[in-house]
Amino acid sequence: MKILLVDDSRTIRNIQKNTLKALGYDDVTEAADGIEALASIARQKPDLMLVDWNMPNMDGITLIRKVRETDKGLPIIMVTTEAEKARVLEAVKAGVNNYVVKPFTAETLAEKITQTMGRVKATTAAAT
Amino acid sequence: MDVKFINPFVMAIANVFETMVHTKVKIRKPQLKQADLVSAEVSGIIGLSGHVQGSVVLSFPRDVACKVASAFAGVEMTVKSPDFADAIGELANMVAGNAKKDFGEYKTSISLPSVIIGPGHTVSQSKAWPYLVIPCETDLGNFAVEVALIETGKPSANPARPVATGAVS
Repeated sequence: MKILLVDDSRTIRNIQKNTLKALGYDDVTEAADGIEALASIARQKPDLMLVDWNMPNMDGITLIRKVRETDKGLPIIMVTTEAEKARVLEAVKAGVNNYVVKPFTAETLAEKITQTMGRVKATTAAAT
Repeated sequence: MDVKFINPFVMAIANVFETMVHTKVKIRKPQLKQADLVSAEVSGIIGLSGHVQGSVVLSFPRDVACKVASAFAGVEMTVKSPDFADAIGELANMVAGNAKKDFGEYKTSISLPSVIIGPGHTVSQSKAWPYLVIPCETDLGNFAVEVALIETGKPSANPARPVATGAVS
């Protein structure tokens, strides 16, 4: 499974990569903002995308809206410090499949990834 | 400064450091910061804008900052490490973001982090703003979280920017 990590903090991307590796996901691509992420998606569509909200150049919510213009199916988890209910609702409205608030434990992130992929598989199975 | 804006920071510091740095924080009584005090050597800064404006500074002695960044990133770091500033900035981002969720109806946005490294620098704030220091003690060493906030009561599109002075490396 190809996973795209989008966060302007390399430290956070490394922490996420370690969690993904422990879950058995090694095929990871990184982007530092929304613009880099869109370029990465154009080169190779990921199977899952983890997105921060606050980033330079193009923030996460703008990225998600742009992705959803053409791709309703890509599983997206927002991983952000933005924890207010209004922000979560805004992200859900934009099209995220799941939401992780920073600070997060490796266990929480792993659980949300597993949960998201499980839901996507169930939806795909129901549609076929 | 209203306690309703300070308690969220006290809780956020404990939450962020216990979850991401894997260390418990003993938080001492917040005190008013005297103007122009010499600050620590590493400062992670976040600006806040909206119903509440101001800034939050995570202020570390150099050795404590290195230990904190290393514990957070899971790799040994010095101030020369390429990701050192990134790690300190992200911690400041998490403390500010985590705190503002408990501001209730006050809608507030946070800036991207800035990090200053260098001996003898100070982070100056508007003298009109109440400026509190929250002393923090951990097994990795002591640091402080400096909070300068003012309630504006109405949203603003212009993030407040602290003014940094002094040596920067």
